[in-house]
Amino acid sequence: MASLNNYLLASGLLFAIGLAGVVIRRNIIIVFMCLELMLSAANLSLVAFSRFHPVNGLPDYSGQMLVFFVITVAAAEVAVGLAIIVALYRARQTIHTDELDTLKG
Amino acid sequence: MPFYLFWLFTTVMLIGGVSVIAFRNPVSSALSVVTCFVGLAGLFIGLSAFFVGVIQILVYTGAVMVLFLFIIMLLDLKDEEHRTNKIAPIATGLVLIGIFLIQLFSVIADTPNAESPPLDQATLSAAADSYPQDSKIATELKEGHLPDVHLIGHTLFTQYNLHLQILGVLLLVATIGVVSLSKRQTE
Amino acid sequence: MPWVLLFLPLIVVAVNQLILKKSGLAPCLSTASSIATFIIALLLLKTTGLHSFPWATIGDFHIDIGIQLDQLSTGMMIVVTGIGMLVHIFSLAYMKDDDAKARYFTGLSLFMFSMTGIVLASNFIMTFIFWELVGVSSYLLIGHWYQKDSAADAAKKAFLCNRVGDFGFMIGILLLWGITGTLTFDQMVVPETISSGVLSAAILCIFCGAVGKSAQLPLHVWLPDAMEGPTPVSALIHAATMVAAGVYMMFRVQLSLGTDIFQGLAASTVIAWVGGITSLAAALMATQQDDIKKILAYSTLSQLGYMIMAVGLVAGEAGMFHLFTHAWFKALLFLGSGAIIYACHHEQNIWKMGGLLRKMPTTGITFGIGTAALIAVPRVTSGFWSKEEILAAAWSSNKPLFGIAIFVAFLTTFYMTRAYVVTFLGKPRSKDAEHAKDVGPLMSFPLMALAVMAIFSGYGFMSQNLNVYRPSVEETGGHTIILAASVISLLLGLAAGFIVYQGKQKEPISIPLFKNRFYLDEIYSKYIVGYLQDALAAIIHFFDELFINRLVVDGLGRASVSLGDWFRRLQSGSLQRYAVAFVIGILLIIYITVF
Repeated sequence: MASLNNYLLASGLLFAIGLAGVVIRRNIIIVFMCLELMLSAANLSLVAFSRFHPVNGLPDYSGQMLVFFVITVAAAEVAVGLAIIVALYRARQTIHTDELDTLKG
Repeated sequence: MPFYLFWLFTTVMLIGGVSVIAFRNPVSSALSVVTCFVGLAGLFIGLSAFFVGVIQILVYTGAVMVLFLFIIMLLDLKDEEHRTNKIAPIATGLVLIGIFLIQLFSVIADTPNAESPPLDQATLSAAADSYPQDSKIATELKEGHLPDVHLIGHTLFTQYNLHLQILGVLLLVATIGVVSLSKRQTE
Repeated sequence: MPWVLLFLPLIVVAVNQLILKKSGLAPCLSTASSIATFIIALLLLKTTGLHSFPWATIGDFHIDIGIQLDQLSTGMMIVVTGIGMLVHIFSLAYMKDDDAKARYFTGLSLFMFSMTGIVLASNFIMTFIFWELVGVSSYLLIGHWYQKDSAADAAKKAFLCNRVGDFGFMIGILLLWGITGTLTFDQMVVPETISSGVLSAAILCIFCGAVGKSAQLPLHVWLPDAMEGPTPVSALIHAATMVAAGVYMMFRVQLSLGTDIFQGLAASTVIAWVGGITSLAAALMATQQDDIKKILAYSTLSQLGYMIMAVGLVAGEAGMFHLFTHAWFKALLFLGSGAIIYACHHEQNIWKMGGLLRKMPTTGITFGIGTAALIAVPRVTSGFWSKEEILAAAWSSNKPLFGIAIFVAFLTTFYMTRAYVVTFLGKPRSKDAEHAKDVGPLMSFPLMALAVMAIFSGYGFMSQNLNVYRPSVEETGGHTIILAASVISLLLGLAAGFIVYQGKQKEPISIPLFKNRFYLDEIYSKYIVGYLQDALAAIIHFFDELFINRLVVDGLGRASVSLGDWFRRLQSGSLQRYAVAFVIGILLIIYITVF
């Protein structure tokens, strides 16, 4: 049987992968996907804690509630984010972060 | 959940995650994300969070990633293949991730480990007492099943009712936002 | 009433400057105000009193704006407003064709205001303020024809020379304040414990102000140059009133501190000798000048030297009396020269005049009366009475100075005779002089009024009625000797002047040393300006350039620019960099919260 720490480690590794993607990749869609990875990594931790810290013998459903909300917010975020990316691409014909530097001081 | 299944799903998930970064083609990346999320859903189900696992597949893999793919194809990004990655950001990223991993391992090493608590016939029927006698949840629990969806629905509409409604407003706002963002500006 | 006297000219200045600048009313308004102030000054004669209101309070230290009316100030006011009035009237005609009449008369009114302030001031702060204001108005009036470089330079020179003296004056005021604890004239008491050295230092510092304003050696150089201004200005400011302010102020100090203190003080001796030497040097320089105004300017210097000498000899009454008489006849001489210059189309060289007595009888006669007063024709003219008092003071306390004074009297007679003979007698030596006509009534009235004063201001009834300081005549042992000496010097001077210059067409004797004013200007410009000032300027420039400019101004600028540049680079606009920063932040937060 897998222990809590196994799940936490898996979650942490997934988060690290997402983080690395955000820092390394320059395609803004990939960066966006990596953000989703990071959110999911957090979800995994939440579900693991919900399972391993039962309330009244049952998993702590408050944790799963949070996951439910995160997924919903992520869906909304993806919708808005992708709309922004489309608008950006229309305006600049690129979605590469190193070419989107007009906010330079 | 058997230990080998945990390893299987974890490996699928991590390989999917790594290939998101590794692939140059955004479509491959998106498909890697799908793989990753399938593994993740397996882990959720292994943690007895059946509803969340299914949602993960339906919403993320089914809806969100399709949206991603749709956008990638809409934008028709071809030049990605010809780009060379610069060394400096990769090195910085790897160094930072290294530091993060060191922190992660030391945190986990300090955390007291916990085995998964049992979810057998006895615990479940004991939990049935806090629910109304002839409700669906109570009957299921007494039979030794975990009525995951029922419990989530129960929690959602009792404890998190207000939050749910706020979430509805958020989704509405997001919808309006997307419409106004993707509307072509008429000059 | 006294406040009206003080502030009426200021109001006129404001009205002239703000409203009447363009219209032709400014001269009339200024003249009217000068007449009004003269009448007020007459009404205030023989009144005494102290009117004041607090102006500023710093802790226990109070500064009042006050008017002190006493014998000294009311008498002096007659001189200031009387001559001021006549000069205003004279200027109406003299400046008739000037483009900047309004500015000129505004300047005159400003001067009247400032001079009234000095005379009426009840404390040193006020004196100093008005002291500077006279400097300003003098600057404005000397530089009235600022289009001429020489006038602009002369104005600057006058201002700077006065600044040098005023610096000492300021220190002197502070020293005196430290000694007596007050700046109000009638509250000043010198404590017994003060050593005479400190007191001498304080008085000498104050005397610096008088040296600057009354153009004593070594700061006399500005006065001859100041003749670049319009002639009525020279008459009012640089002959009769402002330059006498130093004498007035010194006498005021003597009165406030008590004349006994000055007896035998080292400072008094210094002052007396400065006055004596100035009068001698100026008289020598005057003998070789060709410009009629320059002659009068040096003569003024020399007479001011007399007055300062009298103050130094602790015979301030004699000095003030001489100030009083001198003001009238010197103003007369200047206005006379102004009339001549006006008639000869701005020709100032006496060798291009000649024979003017026949062409301009009024001017000639009044100028003659002024000359007679200046050379102190015995018993008849005012100059005689006052000069005699100074000679008496010198005789009784300092014989060498008496010798100098007698020699100066001879020189004065000599150069004034020269000026008169060359200008008015003989034949005209230029076209301008040939076609000269006598001046109109607006000019001749002030001349005649001043001529009357030049004769009668020395008489007893006049000085009594006008409330002027006049030493009580003492029949000292040397009285006959003094009289004899001055008469002999007068006759010698007259004789020498007539013999040397009668009928001459050009300068028969030439003494370059005197003509070039002992080369003092050259020495100043070469050594003080050339070496001292340039070296100082170089040092200051170096300091300014390196420290202020490079280090402070540019340095600050460059520091903020580079700092901003550094911060600007943080704002790369690159999403990756922001992500890196974001990750670093996460790592730090984990580190801080967990470990």
